[in-house]
Amino acid sequence: MKRLLAIGLLVCGTALLAGCPKKPTVSEPASTTSQVPASSATNGTGNGPSTSVSPYGSDTGANGGPGANGPLAGRVIYFDFDRAEIKPEYADLISTFAKNLVAHPNLKLRLEGNTDERGTREYNIGLGERRAQAVRRALMLQGVPEGQLTTVSFGAERPAVEGDDESAWSQNRRVELVYLP
Amino acid sequence: MIKPFRALFLLGLLTVGAAARAEFVVQITSGQSEATPIAIVPFGAPADAAAPFDVAQLVSDDLRRSGRFAPMERKDMIEQPHLGSAISFDDWRRLNNDYIVVGQLTAQGPDRYNIVFELYNVLTRQRLLSFQISANTAGLRLASHQVADMIFEKIIGVRGAFATRIAYISVLGHLPSKTYRLIVADADGANPRVVMESHEPLMSPAWSPDGQSLAYVSFEDRLPSVYIQTLKTGERQRVSARAGVNQAPAFSPDGKKLALTLSTRDGNLDVYVIDLATQGLTRITDDPGIDTEPQWSKDGQSLYFTSDRAGGPQIYKIALSPGSRPRRLTFQGAYNARPRISPDETQMVFVTQEDGAYRIASMDLNGRNDVQVLTKGRFDVSPSYAPNGAVIIYASRDNGRGVLALVSSDGRVQQRLVAPEGEVQEPAWGPF
Repeated sequence: MKRLLAIGLLVCGTALLAGCPKKPTVSEPASTTSQVPASSATNGTGNGPSTSVSPYGSDTGANGGPGANGPLAGRVIYFDFDRAEIKPEYADLISTFAKNLVAHPNLKLRLEGNTDERGTREYNIGLGERRAQAVRRALMLQGVPEGQLTTVSFGAERPAVEGDDESAWSQNRRVELVYLP
Repeated sequence: MIKPFRALFLLGLLTVGAAARAEFVVQITSGQSEATPIAIVPFGAPADAAAPFDVAQLVSDDLRRSGRFAPMERKDMIEQPHLGSAISFDDWRRLNNDYIVVGQLTAQGPDRYNIVFELYNVLTRQRLLSFQISANTAGLRLASHQVADMIFEKIIGVRGAFATRIAYISVLGHLPSKTYRLIVADADGANPRVVMESHEPLMSPAWSPDGQSLAYVSFEDRLPSVYIQTLKTGERQRVSARAGVNQAPAFSPDGKKLALTLSTRDGNLDVYVIDLATQGLTRITDDPGIDTEPQWSKDGQSLYFTSDRAGGPQIYKIALSPGSRPRRLTFQGAYNARPRISPDETQMVFVTQEDGAYRIASMDLNGRNDVQVLTKGRFDVSPSYAPNGAVIIYASRDNGRGVLALVSSDGRVQQRLVAPEGEVQEPAWGPF
């Protein structure tokens, strides 16, 4: 039984390495109402923008954030304008990553901070770094050793979505959690 | 916290010096009503051949683009003299010209030309300039910019900046595969050359004071590094690839130091100075907020920078002497960032937030600190002074696309430089 569990963890770790979402996401067409996974139903459905046909065809749902069912779902934390506080609906995502990192000390995670395009480019680098650091601190508070975490800020230079309206901006203000090979 | 200095000497990896395909279209969006009327008469050509270059057209374009001149349309010229002795001043005066330029392009041998020109005051009939410039075919464009520089300086009393260069970042393609290019072009956008190309972001080009090199940020390793690249040879030096942030390079006025932004392990951005000869590193600011976007004072003894230590971003100035405390310069509005200092240090331009838009503002540095918002766009950022301080180039948006724009330092003349393709951003005007 113990052994089975170990294999299970290993599989999960490998899957996470490949960037698998932390939980199954509903991959129905964007037009249908998505199921909210039970584990994240507590806080926040649909408080992202409601006009959400992004280039990825993602919908609002799950984590309540923009692009929550897109290819980045489950490994991206979205932020409010000019803010670096992690919203409560990402508590599950943080603790899932924290548990996995603690269980697998060889895993290394890179936190990539991004901003929307507004403001000056270099100040946005600072803002992106501040967001990445907020996620780093949250993971360290849950016991993740410092050595498993690195940060980088792309500022506004690597948008996830092109466009100059709030629907694009809300998907660009983000930290991507990326396992390093 | 800071890793040992690492320097890598590389040949420019990619297409150094390759010509970029881009001719900018100049759109004058608002001009100065009292622009000086001037006639730039088409130059006489070598007797046996067609003119290899239209000197008068380029001079006319430069002067019009400055916003200070209203060059006469060619079709309105009733005669086209090439020598001062052939000018009928009364006729040109009746056509409301204050000044007239006449000249000739003469062949001096294979691939060698002389530009000979004269500038007259139409009212007094006084000759103000008489000059000759020698150039080969490839040099005729630059020589023509120099003609415009001389005319501008003679009449306005300020050195012309037409024969200078700009650097900027061009972004081609769309997600997920974009191409970032660092480009150097003539000040009018002509002759664009690719200095560096990457599929990861390039940022923050900054000229060395001698105009020989550019410092910039490259994410080519998926992490930011600051490079200095010599334009003529393409040779690159990686001057900072420390853990964390390596951003916002700015050469000191003597070219011997580089101010830049680095971060501590816990992500605190502060401004540092690297001595380029010794690679010694000095921390200049020490505050938990974001301190970045440093710019040197004219005497090289202080830095202007952006900091959000008081909440939102504001502009501060700090002396480099140990123990100095920064002084806050901007108080109007919640967002004032990325200062650029005029060459005589009497004025500063920066990005300010107004009605939810980002615009270029100027502030006097003479003690009165008067602020004037110079532009009207929604996304006007990255201002950079021409080396004569008369004009500011900046990044703007035109129909959702990144373009370059120009505004005179008093805000009265506005123009756009629209590239035929790609997003154009972060212009940096080179030195004389």
